[in-house]
Amino acid sequence: QGGGSAVIDMENMDDTSGSSFEDMGEMHQRMKEEEEEEAEGEAGAGEEEDGEFLGMKGLRGQLGRQVADQMWQGGKRQASRAFSLYANIDILRPYFDVEPVQVRARLLESMIPVKMINFPQKIAGELYGPLMLVFTLVAILLHGMKTSDTIIREGTLMGTAIGTCFGYWLGVSSFMYFLAYLCNAQITMVQMLSLLGYGLFGHCITLFVTYNIHFHSLFYIFWLVVGGLSTLRMVAVLVSRTVGHTQRLILCGTLAALHMLFLLYLHFAYHKVVEGILDTLEGPNMPPFQRVARDIPVVSSAVLNTTAKAIALTL
Amino acid sequence: FPGLADVSISQDIPVEGEITVPVGSHSPDEDYSTLDEPVKDTIMRDLKAVGKKFVHVMYPRKSSALLRDWDLWGPLVLCVSLALMLQGGSADSKDDGGPQFAEVFVIIWFGAVVITLNSKLLGGTISFFQSLCVLGYCVMPLTVAMLVCRLVLLAGAGTVSFVIRLIVVGAMFAWSTLASTAFLADSQPPNRKALVVYPIFLFYFVISWMILTFTPQ
Repeated sequence: QGGGSAVIDMENMDDTSGSSFEDMGEMHQRMKEEEEEEAEGEAGAGEEEDGEFLGMKGLRGQLGRQVADQMWQGGKRQASRAFSLYANIDILRPYFDVEPVQVRARLLESMIPVKMINFPQKIAGELYGPLMLVFTLVAILLHGMKTSDTIIREGTLMGTAIGTCFGYWLGVSSFMYFLAYLCNAQITMVQMLSLLGYGLFGHCITLFVTYNIHFHSLFYIFWLVVGGLSTLRMVAVLVSRTVGHTQRLILCGTLAALHMLFLLYLHFAYHKVVEGILDTLEGPNMPPFQRVARDIPVVSSAVLNTTAKAIALTL
Repeated sequence: FPGLADVSISQDIPVEGEITVPVGSHSPDEDYSTLDEPVKDTIMRDLKAVGKKFVHVMYPRKSSALLRDWDLWGPLVLCVSLALMLQGGSADSKDDGGPQFAEVFVIIWFGAVVITLNSKLLGGTISFFQSLCVLGYCVMPLTVAMLVCRLVLLAGAGTVSFVIRLIVVGAMFAWSTLASTAFLADSQPPNRKALVVYPIFLFYFVISWMILTFTPQ
């Protein structure tokens, strides 16, 4: 007499993939065939909210909906967990926990080489100061490029400035961290970023002065003194954290070379003095006071050649 | 499932019930439903809100209206007009219309995002879009400076015009920085205000520099 029975026929469901429901479905295949006509007649007659008495067609749909719903919920939960884990800026919050006094002190300290290299020197793992210094360097670079009427063919002035400064900070830090890992130095990535970032303070001062006062010899003096001081500080800190002569030599040599060469590059690639060099390079055919904007790659390769020749001559 | 074969509905008990959902009390949103009002009302309301914020920027007082109802219409309009006015200011006329616009756009929005992230990381209580809103609206004095510079450059490009432009841009830059500091620095702990003000100073400095070095061809 019963209208329909609550037999679950799993065999005809689309979303069973090797589940044990199929066995149960086989067991009740006979019953399903008997009552299929009745169930189809009843499914249209009125479906209740309660899933048990919906008949086979309705039940299949209901279960499918539930499974799909569960999958959606599970996926959403996983995605929101991953998002809150990786896109959470609170990860970076401890690195920005500084006072203005501390930032000022660290800026000044970055120019003073430490004397004690037998004891590992403390490096503050802070990212506010380095980040602000990189942005300041970008601003100074923009100023230098604008005053020298630099024309960038592919890309924009801003893009070049940001790319150069951030590329140096992040790229050289990663490379030095990798070298430090190879040479067994005790330094973490954040500390490396912080050390290199504060080393840019010397660069900022030098470029700020020499982009406004155009004396060739003044730049070289600043390069040696200011650049040298900040390099010495970074080198001393690294030496205090590394054991072994070869390792110390590798690490400090690489850092010193990259740091000083970057300052040289920034000055020569983006500055008016470039035009003076080109004038002398092209000989008596060029009138000496012609200010012509040049393409950057041509200029920098010409400068590199001159510098290499000059260095080869002096050695 | 042998047990389930016995379950069935008896014919004696009728299955019945209500299928209508009882209508709840009027939700409070219905009073403020803005779907039925004429379009003119909606536009005027938004325009008035934007206008009020411009007035707040011009006379920076410590009011919370700018922060509470943030919107990004004003910053968008200012950014686009500034970018349009800064176009065409380089030696190569054939390919430099594009990069100038994109440059200004990217600088303003990328810079604003960075400053906002910075102030949040330093422990600020202001939300992301509120900060974007304030920084965008405070670009208004610099847009006015750009307009003035363009007019001055129409008259000529000599030393006098450079001095005038320098004074105007410098004054507007100071105004922008003070206006945005008045709103943003309050949300910081008192001893860290300098840490938040410096990136804002740098941001408006870069924009002022772009305006000052603009020379039309």
